[in-house]
Amino acid sequence: MGLLARRNLFHDRVRFAVTLTGIVFALVLIIIQFGLFLGFTTTTSNNIDHSNADLWVVFHGVGYFDTGRNFSERKFYQVLSTPGVARAEKYMQAFGRWKRTDGRVENIQVIGFHPGSGLGEPWNVVQGSVADLKQEDSVIVDELYRDKLGVSKIGDRVEIGDHRARVVGFTRGIRSFTTSPFVYATFKDSLDYTNPSSSEDSTAYILVKAAVGVTPKELQERLRARLADVDVYTTAEFSRKTRFYWMFTTGAGLAVLTAALMGLIVGVAVVAQTIYAATMDHIREYGTLKAMGATNRYLYRVLIEQAVWSAVLGYGAAMTVAHFIVQASEKGGAVILMPWSMSVGLFFLAIVMCIAAALVSINKVTRIDPAMVFRG
Amino acid sequence: MENRNWERETGINKLERNTMIRARGLGKIYKEGTTELRALQGVDLEVRAGELTMLMGPSGSGKTTLLSILGCILRASEGQLAVLGRDVSALPESELPRIRREGIGFVFQGFNLFPTLTAAENVALALDLRGIGNGEAKKRGEELLSQVGLAQKARSFPADLSGGQKQRVAIARALAGDPPILLADEPTAALDSTSGRTVIELLQRLARVHGRAVVMVTHDPRVLSFGDRIIHLEDGRIVGEEKSVTRAMEKASFMDVHSAAPEISHEVSI
Repeated sequence: MGLLARRNLFHDRVRFAVTLTGIVFALVLIIIQFGLFLGFTTTTSNNIDHSNADLWVVFHGVGYFDTGRNFSERKFYQVLSTPGVARAEKYMQAFGRWKRTDGRVENIQVIGFHPGSGLGEPWNVVQGSVADLKQEDSVIVDELYRDKLGVSKIGDRVEIGDHRARVVGFTRGIRSFTTSPFVYATFKDSLDYTNPSSSEDSTAYILVKAAVGVTPKELQERLRARLADVDVYTTAEFSRKTRFYWMFTTGAGLAVLTAALMGLIVGVAVVAQTIYAATMDHIREYGTLKAMGATNRYLYRVLIEQAVWSAVLGYGAAMTVAHFIVQASEKGGAVILMPWSMSVGLFFLAIVMCIAAALVSINKVTRIDPAMVFRG
Repeated sequence: MENRNWERETGINKLERNTMIRARGLGKIYKEGTTELRALQGVDLEVRAGELTMLMGPSGSGKTTLLSILGCILRASEGQLAVLGRDVSALPESELPRIRREGIGFVFQGFNLFPTLTAAENVALALDLRGIGNGEAKKRGEELLSQVGLAQKARSFPADLSGGQKQRVAIARALAGDPPILLADEPTAALDSTSGRTVIELLQRLARVHGRAVVMVTHDPRVLSFGDRIIHLEDGRIVGEEKSVTRAMEKASFMDVHSAAPEISHEVSI
């Protein structure tokens, strides 16, 4: 049975190559779409997820990270005086204008935080250090945006919102979901870069770390009871809200998920067509097997084994292709993520996809009349 | 041939055992829309072990339909059919593959070998159907090929075999389950005279020497002399039967000349 399945599958190499191409195409499409979806969602909430905070205090009604709205600094002191708060820091997010040395202007998102606080700091710093931001008018940017921002090395000078600034470090892999790169600065400098007329008595967010023995949920309740006109979210809640906004409210996620679904449908269709064509080519053989006393179950096992072989080999080839695509994406503006859980899930998806594709053929062999073997 | 499992299981006595297939009043009606085509009617027939029974008749006389029904591939519309002492008319559809697997071997006009498998693998596949493991199936497959004189061709693919060799592989495959009944549909029709003769000799020996009940449909006048019984069909009815009284001498002569040996020759060549 296994031998027949393998021989029939591999005998016609051209057809088998077409089958594999179909499976690889479908799986790579699914990997890219799901990988983009994961990459996008991770990107949208990157700053929240890496903040090291337990709670985020935001202006009432702010639904996601990129629309931070300033509120009075008094809230910050109220937070600090709340029992169970180990640490709290002001945190700024605002859009600004970056003027390159060649005069071109780029939109940026300025992130302001307190270096050394351990809250809201950039991560993956590959050149310079967060501590270097303590130098006045300094910024850290991601190396992905060197060309876009017109900088190449530490010490390069630019203008942000009519303020002079100097690059003191580079991060790696911190992407912005919007087209505006993140630019990290001290909280004080970020105010200068984005709104020179504002004073230090306002903040867009307050990042809170709970004291040992106090759960974020307990502290969230306490802060909600004490603070008016602001919302208090756990980091996970705010991250989820931000991801949901970008992925589903804007339709971006729906688009990539739809494309992934299309990949799945195309994959099933291509594999079904090729397995069906192979079955039809061997239909008389299946009729002979039936005449010889093979049960339908025996024939199903032949077809399913073919489907599983197709899935396993197609998966292997697809993962190889995907590996290169994922690697290439790391240098691009949109990252494609492929965590191990997705790789495992895709393996089973490939198996299910190919078995589903074989169902058409299974239906066909079920209906074979063994008496066909005596007809011409 | 004496120690088949089915015999032990059924406990059928020797006299009954001699009758492998018993048909009474078999009829087959094909329906096409509102039209009914009566392909077979009132067929009474007994197929006995040790005999080569030939079904003859013009096209459309019902030979192949009868063969299909006798092989439990097609259901009769009316009448009763007992195969190996078991009334198969009453059996559910799902039971028929087991009857075919355990009791009947098939040989087809077009050979119906699996082109992607070697000769030995084609035979082994028939054993795989019966749940026999790879190693044993391979060994038994090679033995069967040796019995039909094709030991040297075990690793050849069907495309590399002549018509006669293909049919002998098909016969080896049909014998894989050691079935007491062998049904052949025009097994010599696609073969030249030499190959045809080799195949009919093989079938005759399987009947006479090995005690199998062999039924074959044929149009081929060259092979008639090998039959023990020739049943003539016309318009779906049996219209006559010749027994081999007059052919006994021819057959005896043939046996003297070609194979006095009790086993199938290992030196058959085409």
